[in-house]
Amino acid sequence: MKNKEIILSTKSLGKYFNEPVKFKVLDDINIEAFKGEFLTLVGKSGSGKSTLLYCLSTMDTSYEGKIYINGVKVTGQKQNQLSAMRNADIGFIFQFHYLLPEFSCLKNVMIPALKLGRLSHEEAEVKAYQKLEMLGLENQALKQSSKLSGGQQQRVAIARALINDPAIIMCDEPTGNLDSKNTQVVFDIFKQITKDHNKTIIAVTHDNDFAANSDRTIELADGRIISHDKHFD
Amino acid sequence: MKKNINIDIALTHIVTRRRQTLIAILGVTLGLSIYLFINSLVSGFTNFSREEMFKSSPHIKIYHDDEISIPLIFPKDSTEIVAIINPQITTLSKKIVDPEALLKRIKQEPYVVNAIEQVSFDLFYNRGQAQINGFGSGVDIFEYDAMFKTGKTLVAGRLEDLQNNLNAIIIGSGIAEKLNLAIDDNLTVTSSFGVVKRMKIVGIFTSGLTATDNSKSYVNISTAQQFVKKGSSFVNDIYINIPDPDKSDIYGARLRQLTTYTVEDWKTTNADALSSNRTRNALMNAISLSILIVAAFGIYNILSSTISQKINDIAILKAIGFSGSNVVWIFLIEAIFMGLVGIFIGLIAGGIFIAIMSNVYMGGHIGYFPIKFEGGLFASSSALGLFITICAGYFPAKKAADVDPVEIFRK
Repeated sequence: MKNKEIILSTKSLGKYFNEPVKFKVLDDINIEAFKGEFLTLVGKSGSGKSTLLYCLSTMDTSYEGKIYINGVKVTGQKQNQLSAMRNADIGFIFQFHYLLPEFSCLKNVMIPALKLGRLSHEEAEVKAYQKLEMLGLENQALKQSSKLSGGQQQRVAIARALINDPAIIMCDEPTGNLDSKNTQVVFDIFKQITKDHNKTIIAVTHDNDFAANSDRTIELADGRIISHDKHFD
Repeated sequence: MKKNINIDIALTHIVTRRRQTLIAILGVTLGLSIYLFINSLVSGFTNFSREEMFKSSPHIKIYHDDEISIPLIFPKDSTEIVAIINPQITTLSKKIVDPEALLKRIKQEPYVVNAIEQVSFDLFYNRGQAQINGFGSGVDIFEYDAMFKTGKTLVAGRLEDLQNNLNAIIIGSGIAEKLNLAIDDNLTVTSSFGVVKRMKIVGIFTSGLTATDNSKSYVNISTAQQFVKKGSSFVNDIYINIPDPDKSDIYGARLRQLTTYTVEDWKTTNADALSSNRTRNALMNAISLSILIVAAFGIYNILSSTISQKINDIAILKAIGFSGSNVVWIFLIEAIFMGLVGIFIGLIAGGIFIAIMSNVYMGGHIGYFPIKFEGGLFASSSALGLFITICAGYFPAKKAADVDPVEIFRK
């Protein structure tokens, strides 16, 4: 896997927390993520790994340095542009599923596609159903999302993250609330997404097995990168 | 039809939170119906009292006002004091010179709907020992009727009988009652100039205003000129009606350029009544508006609680690409939906209140309560209701749009 395409990169990224006292939470972070790569960010609690992820996600915009996604500088862009970019190019998976409880699973998966507006309602429905099928949830599609088990809900959230075929999927402790069986399911899905669909996954985790099986692991401590794990070439 | 995702989410919130939606809608309904009802009451009564005013006062009146005599000797400068000065009212004549020419000129003005002349005088009605003082109005009764609809107030007799009879008189019902007079009876009338005439009653009117009914009478204009011992060109007042009484001050100003006599519009004549009207209207408006605002707080409250309960949903929507203004729209649509439904039901409820009120008998000359369905009020209530709803929705919606998703996800 040589000459890999860079999908995301940062240039001397730094960030301060102002409360309770001014404190440098990220210091001179320079990372690159490649297309089709399963990248994990690890580190102790307070190391800044989640903070880094939220900076990369474009939701947190108060940082120093620069971030490039897909070759485009996102630093300094307007909120509306960032929203549009998140909608089209970034999928999100969190520790908690954050499904809208009033909607069916299918509808939850469809929402980002409807927002993007490239597909008609019917096409979005078909695509959402395909994503649910891929995650083994075709039988739950019309159930209300609040009626599902935790593992199923998390898979619905993954389907939602994939609906717009984003280039990057960002995850914050995606398996944090799951038992080992469901963790394995999610891990296999992630492998499939990166290998078969050539998407990039950037996941924050404190699960060492999960990180060890990813393509590459970046370890942070006290806001600095302490190791760039080798690629699994 | 492609359904907008913002509307879709908003409607889902509305439907899944039926009870809160219903409460918010009921709040708007209640506020709007009361607002509409109170304003209809005020408007109905204001129109009624205006019509009452126009029964006796024209839109614009031209008359010869009292003049103050000017001193014969003027001080030469400010240090000099003139001891012999005695300015007083010169009531020698309240005559309008050459009224026919003036009237003709006024009638040429395009905005004048109707213009008539009148000779007014003070008089006594005598029957045997009984005597009532009052005032007479010498007019061309048909022209006068065109302006004041006097014919409609007649309870006995006909206007035609006055027209061709110089000894005929139409009196108020109060006078008829007190002097025990009926139609075709004779009545002795003494004017303040000492002229005594035997008049034949050809009509009796009830205007609804006791003071008028107890004192006023109508005679022919030439009869009135005899009562005041004046010639056939003597006229006290010229009454003018214009299309829109609310513009009386504008047209009054134009008429002032035609004559040197005092031009007074009905707003000046009825200044006291109008100012108390305005006070009442302001009071009622303040009350009804505050009810509507309180009702809008229902929407504010319910949206605020929806938003604080749904803060996670808002965070994920923002993460997956909904912009701040999308979020504002979602909640604004909810507010507008609740507002529109509330307004619609409120209009129906207000209409029912108005219908009920219009059947309430108030007695006196008012009769049934003077309230009507006024399309303008329905429209303005709806617009105001919607405006307040949107304001009440906007502030919580803005708060939702300002949610920082990172803060939520990192909890």
